Amino acid sequence: MSYLKLQQVALGYGNAKTAVQGLDLEVARGELISLLGPSGCGKTTTMRAIAGLIELRGGSITLDGRDISRLPPNKRDIGLVFQSYALFPHLNVFDNVAFGLRLRKVPAAELRQRVEQVIAAVGLAGFESRLPAQMSGGQQQRVALARAIVIEPKLLLLDEPLSNLDAKLRVQMRAELRRIQRELGITMLYVTHDQDEALAMSDRIVVMNGGKIEQLDTPEQLFNAPRTRFVANFMGFENLFDYRDGQLHGSAGRLPLAMLPPGTACAGWRVQQVPVGRGPFSGRVLSRGFLGETVEYLLDTPLGQVRGMAPATLATAREGEDVAFDLPAGEALLLDA
Amino acid sequence: MKQGLFPRLVLWAVMLFLLGPFVIVFLAGFSGGETLAFPPPSYSLRWIVAVLQAGEFRQAFGTSLEIGLLATVIALLLGVPVAYAMSRTPPPGMAVIKQVLTSPLIIPAMLVGLGLLRHFVLLVDAPVFLGLLVGHVGLLTPYAVRVVYSSLANLRVDIEEAAITLGATRAQTFGLVVLPNIRGAVIAAFFLAFVTSFNQVPVSLFLTGPGISTLPIEMLGHMENSFDPSIAALSTLLVLFTMAFVLLTEKLLGISKYM
Repeated sequence: MSYLKLQQVALGYGNAKTAVQGLDLEVARGELISLLGPSGCGKTTTMRAIAGLIELRGGSITLDGRDISRLPPNKRDIGLVFQSYALFPHLNVFDNVAFGLRLRKVPAAELRQRVEQVIAAVGLAGFESRLPAQMSGGQQQRVALARAIVIEPKLLLLDEPLSNLDAKLRVQMRAELRRIQRELGITMLYVTHDQDEALAMSDRIVVMNGGKIEQLDTPEQLFNAPRTRFVANFMGFENLFDYRDGQLHGSAGRLPLAMLPPGTACAGWRVQQVPVGRGPFSGRVLSRGFLGETVEYLLDTPLGQVRGMAPATLATAREGEDVAFDLPAGEALLLDA
Repeated sequence: MKQGLFPRLVLWAVMLFLLGPFVIVFLAGFSGGETLAFPPPSYSLRWIVAVLQAGEFRQAFGTSLEIGLLATVIALLLGVPVAYAMSRTPPPGMAVIKQVLTSPLIIPAMLVGLGLLRHFVLLVDAPVFLGLLVGHVGLLTPYAVRVVYSSLANLRVDIEEAAITLGATRAQTFGLVVLPNIRGAVIAAFFLAFVTSFNQVPVSLFLTGPGISTLPIEMLGHMENSFDPSIAALSTLLVLFTMAFVLLTEKLLGISKYM
């Protein structure tokens, strides 16, 4: 039985047309599920609707067997970690974290114990009397997390919680979030536009586009077997071409490519799957980028632009020169729509 | 950094222009003579003492204080919710509302006073004190709205959402999260409104009546009738009082950053 269930949810702001339409989603208890998509795809809107910060235009949301569609946000027991942290600037770390417990009239001794426990769990013991303005972004992020989990919410929503941190800290916090989620057995909905983050953390990923779900799958399935062009592109299949009558159709023209199974409408290759320097096709180098072991190429070809790669030792072609490349049929991702 | 001669000269000229008149008033306030003159023929505290003992000034000071405090508190009770509503759920016709709320800062206060006199005090036969109070509240509310609104506009909305998801009601959110963060602006609005009320002449001129007068009006009346140094003495006292007040609040609360 699903723990969180969204049925035919429709959402929108003001008089604007609907931002999300006909959304169905089921999340199991203790699961970490990511909402992944580009900005404007409706992922944050969906999350805010679950928290109750915007009203449903249609459909329903159930949590733990209870319909919460019309429940005010302060009665939902859903924790929310904001992209901007949204810490209370006038309160120190302890009081920020204690805020939700005080509203719940938790006795002083128990409150102190729970707050200190959570502050220790996010690695901020000793910082209790600091004000948010005196802390780094990463520390503020931990406070925001502590503040949301100390109330033991039925569901924890995170809105791009790591996007304001530097790359190294982001990777570190990913692992930590995952650890805390596992330890507390908390059900988590994680909104992000970063596919690496979603792939690394999630049990399952919901890829959203234009207010609809494109694909809902495990990270492995999503990465290896995307089902739509949008997801394929998002998962790194940057060379995507229509396929008809034994030919690939690009923006600039066509190239013959036989032997793709019948019913194939689109073929895709990752940058790493397109060897540059050998193969039956030829293109002009538009730019090259040295990545250490390899060199990444952007080529101008009869199909349009193609991205490929060559081992650094063999990557002799420079900008403006013609070079051979291949689109190996055997490795192609095949889509039937 | 070494400053040029010219900017320093300008600085001193401006300082002289701003503070010069006060120095004259200040010295005249300690005059020992019978009429307002500069430089005073001799120095004494007699006019200071006389002003402090004058019943009509003490009464007017009391009225000013009373009107100022009451009107300021009412203006804040009206202004803070209005500013909050404007900043969080801008109502339709926001531009018009903003203009209306600013208009008392633009329309000559003289007209406001005359209008209130004709259509409120005379028409409904309102008591003098009430008329004064209403006039001042109307005058001060825009100040309160303006100062508090600009602070609210800079306060992030997401901290309110955070409070709500943590279980706070709307009222708790306002009291526990919004108010503590606009506290400085509310205090600044309080002082600004109070000082505005305390120094108010045009509106009060129409609305004061028999037996009830504010200090500036009383001073104006006194000056029309007699030309003794008591007004200079009173002004000196008021300036010192205000300076002490401002310095104290600045020291305690650091309000200048909200002005």
